[in-house]
Formats: sequence, structure tokens, C-alpha cells
Amino acid sequence: MTIDAATLPTAAAGPTLWGRMMKGQTGPVCVMLIGLFVLWYVGAVFLNMPGQIDRYARAKQDWTASQLIEATLAQDRPVLPAPHQVAVEMYKTIFATKITSKRSLVYHTWVTLSSTLLGFGMGTLLGIVLAVGIVHVQTLEKSLMPWVISSQTIPILAIAPMIIVVLGAIGLKGLIPKAMISTYLCFFPVTIGMVKGLRSPDHIQLDLMRTYNASRWQTFVALRWPSAMPFLFASLKVAIAISLVGAIVGELPTGAQSGLGARLLAGSYYGQTVQIWAALLTAAFVAAMLVVIVGLMEKRVLERMGVRA
Amino acid sequence: MTLKAVVNNVAPMTASKDVVVDIQKMSLTFQTADGPVYALSEVDLTISRGEFVSFIGPSGCGKTTLLRVIADLERATGGDILVNGVPAQQAREQRAYGYVFQAPALLPWRTIESNVTLPLEIMEISREERIKRGHDALKLVELNGFEKKFPWQLSGGMQQRASIARALSFDADLLLMDEPFGALDEIVRDHLNEQLLKLWARTNKTVAFVTHSIPEAVFLSSKIVVMSPRPGRIIDIIETDFARDRTLDVRETPEFLEVAHRVREGLRAGHSYDD
Repeated sequence: MTIDAATLPTAAAGPTLWGRMMKGQTGPVCVMLIGLFVLWYVGAVFLNMPGQIDRYARAKQDWTASQLIEATLAQDRPVLPAPHQVAVEMYKTIFATKITSKRSLVYHTWVTLSSTLLGFGMGTLLGIVLAVGIVHVQTLEKSLMPWVISSQTIPILAIAPMIIVVLGAIGLKGLIPKAMISTYLCFFPVTIGMVKGLRSPDHIQLDLMRTYNASRWQTFVALRWPSAMPFLFASLKVAIAISLVGAIVGELPTGAQSGLGARLLAGSYYGQTVQIWAALLTAAFVAAMLVVIVGLMEKRVLERMGVRA
Repeated sequence: MTLKAVVNNVAPMTASKDVVVDIQKMSLTFQTADGPVYALSEVDLTISRGEFVSFIGPSGCGKTTLLRVIADLERATGGDILVNGVPAQQAREQRAYGYVFQAPALLPWRTIESNVTLPLEIMEISREERIKRGHDALKLVELNGFEKKFPWQLSGGMQQRASIARALSFDADLLLMDEPFGALDEIVRDHLNEQLLKLWARTNKTVAFVTHSIPEAVFLSSKIVVMSPRPGRIIDIIETDFARDRTLDVRETPEFLEVAHRVREGLRAGHSYDD
């Protein structure tokens, strides 16, 4: 009990603020971010420089190095917009615009998000139904699995317009066709993951259910489904991200008026690179958030299933 | 309650009332890519009510396969097998036995209590009844107090005890155990052997027990079935008559050593030493 009370505080105060920051995750993550921004700024200056020098030459204007750098970071239609330009654009279109306006990124994000979520829901359901069929019916495994896999070898950019056109011909327009493209993309990881998951119980566990004369349905509920949970969530994380990609791709060929895809397309028509980057970053942020939400759901479910912390 | 009634209603059709397992000229051949494997050949065996029968033999002698045939987890390719007087499949469908595997095979997402009551859930028994019976079964293996724990919070020996409780929970008269203590260390194994013996003496269940340990077989059994490989067959059946309430000390007695010696001789005779 004679711990040197005098030495303890000094020992605790030992590491500097810097040392403490670098010990955890915060420090390294910050350093990475700062590095990325520096790289971005340097890239913006160099990529926009030739255009800017051209412009000076045409205007027969003298320029200094600092003027040049300043100008490259403030162009209207830069090759690569600087981070602060994108940030200003995002602030303007997200916070400073009414969300009902067609200029609001929140509005466009919602349009894309709604078809993402609808497609994700349908894709997950389809994926699970296919997996259950494949695991329980041998004919389905032989007949369905090759189609499931080959469906994903067709580039989505090639098949998306077809889906839109075909569904348009039978009167389906707007949300549903876009959601179908998300569904088309995201059922796949769910099927693959769930087939593996539903088959993950050991022989010994399946034998155990057999000794109880459990029906297929009982074995499914008590053993196969819970065993598949970790596989399901791993698949869902992939599925939700590509579901968003599917929704954006679905907006490209239709000349859609709204949605993040429409924003990207309009931006590229008019050379509005700042607008493109703002839409891109918003899409990336939304995707990250969706994956985080799925991750939190996974954590809750697995915790309730008594998985070791 | 309903279960008990079902099991008791199985009127012995051919065998006498006290015969639980009746195997006659039973053979099992696995067809493999390398040709047929004769896992069991011409096995004759009867197990009577209340017996503790051990199957012992080198690996590959078909002792586990024999247990699995009794449990209808494998199908015999020849001969007859009756459990409680009915064919093995029908006996399984009537949940005539509790089976304990080599590994505990507890479902990791269920608490010990809900693992133990899993068979009752499959049998669609009411919740209160399940909890009551689960509690009783856990008491039998001295695991009361661990109801709400998850399997990973228990030691290997405790997990295996929980799996025994699970096999006991629906009160089948026949207990089939496939090297249940094979993966445990000697001390834990001794302890569980003693517990199992007490349990058997108290509940008067019929036990079929696969092992490859001679002391374990001799200590636990009222009947020892010595088996030999290629093809798997029974070469000796030894009856013992140690007191039902014996303790581990019995292993030091001359009678015990004599039986152990006979088992060892049988194993040696049946072993071809061709590998």
C-alpha cells in the first residue's frame, strides 16, 4: 500500500498531448486527412494551371506566382475544384437552399435515397428468398445458381437502360425502375452470403435437430437462420453501398430531372465540375452513413445473440 | 406429459417388454469411390431396460456408427434393428432417445437454459413447462444457477454437462452417448464419470456409451461390448456386477482389474496390427 504517490502523477503526465493523440486513433486519422487535403490542393493548382496561364495569355495580362495560385483555386469551371470550392457549393445547396427547391442537394439526395432504400429492401428480400430456395431445393441450386452468377457479369451500365425502357413500356416510371436496378445489383451479395450462412451449421448440429425429429421449418428457424446472421450482415453492408450505386446509375440513362445521378449528368453537360464533385461527395457520405447504420444494426443483433464482446 | 404417453404407448411388438434395443444380423456398408467399406458386419446385440452398455474398440471399429444406427442417423444396409420394439426410424420420430455428441454442440446464440430446452421447444411444449423441465435437467447435472449464461462463459466440461442436460430434458428412457468426455482432461473426466453413474443409478435410464478408454468403460458399464475393425464387428460381450453406487475407488479392486484385463485381451485379439 505504499505506492509512491509522488511518482504516480509525474508518470501519468509523462506523455505529451501529441503523444497521447498519436497513441489512439484520432491522431493518425487527422494526419491522414490533412495529407489528403494537401494533396488535393496541390493537385488542383497543377491541374488548373495550364488553363489559367492560357487565360492570362489571351487577356495579355501579367501575372505573378501568387496570383496564379490564387486564381487556380477560384475558377468557375476548374478541371479539379479545390476542396473549399466544393465545400461552399455543398453548403449553398444543402443548407442555404430550401429543401423543396430543385437546386437543393437535400432534395436530390432524398430522391436517390428513396429508390436506394426501396431497391435495397426488395433486393435483400429477393436475395434471402433465392438463398432459402437454393439451400433447400437441390433442383434450384443446379438451375438457379448459374443464372445468379451470370446476372452479375453483365455491366450494369449496359442493362440499366434496358430495364428502364422495358419497364417504361409497361407503364412503370419514376421510382420503381430505378429501385429495380438497385435490386438487380444488391440481391447478389445477399444470395451468395445467405447460401453460405444457411449452410454454415455443423453436421453435428444438423444431426442434433434430426434426433429431435425437427421439421425443416423448425431446423430453419432454430438453427439455419441464426447461424446465417453474421453472413447476412456482411452481405448487407456490400448490398446497401451498391444499391446506392444502382440508384445513381439508374438516373443516368433516363435523363432524370432529379436525383444525385441527374445532378452528376447535368454537371457534366455544362462543365459544372464543382457541382459534380459536390454530388459525388454527398453520394459518398450517404453511402458511408448507410454502411454505418447497417453496422450498428449488426452490432445490436449480434449482441442480443450473446456474441462475445 | 404427452411425450411420456407416446413413448409408453409404443407397445412392444416383437421384443419382450424389457428389451430396449434389439439388433439382429445388422450390417452397414458405405459405398465410396474406392469401393465398398464394411463399417458393420453381422452385429447381434440386445440392450435391456436399465442397462449401461459401453462400446469399446479401436478407431474404425464402427462403434460410433453402431450408435448412429440405433439413433437412425445412419441406415443399416442389412438385418433388423428395433428400438423400443419399433424400427429405429419410428423410434426417432417418437423421440425415444436423447443423444450426446462428442462435442457439446450447444447453439452459441442461446443461453444455457434455452439450449437445454431446445428439444422441448421443437416438441412444442408450453413455455412454463419448458422452464420447469429445463431447471430440473440442469439440476441433474449440477448446473443450476447457470441458466442465463451463454455457452462461451462455461468451461468445456460444463458445456458437455449442459449438453447432457439437454438430452435429459425431454425425459427419454434411452440415452445414447458418443464419447462425450473424449475431449476433456482426466480429472474432469473422472468427475463427470462419477456424476453420470449417479445419474444413471437415480434415473434408471438405459445408457449406450461409446468410448475408447478401458477404465472408463469398465467403471461405468454393466455390460461392455468389445468391437474390432475391418469389418466392424462385436468380438466379446462382458457383463460386470459392480454395485450401482460404486465410486472411483472401485478401480483399485482386483475385480475391476480383472475385467479391464479381459477387455484389453479382447481388444488385442481383435486388432490385426496391420498398420
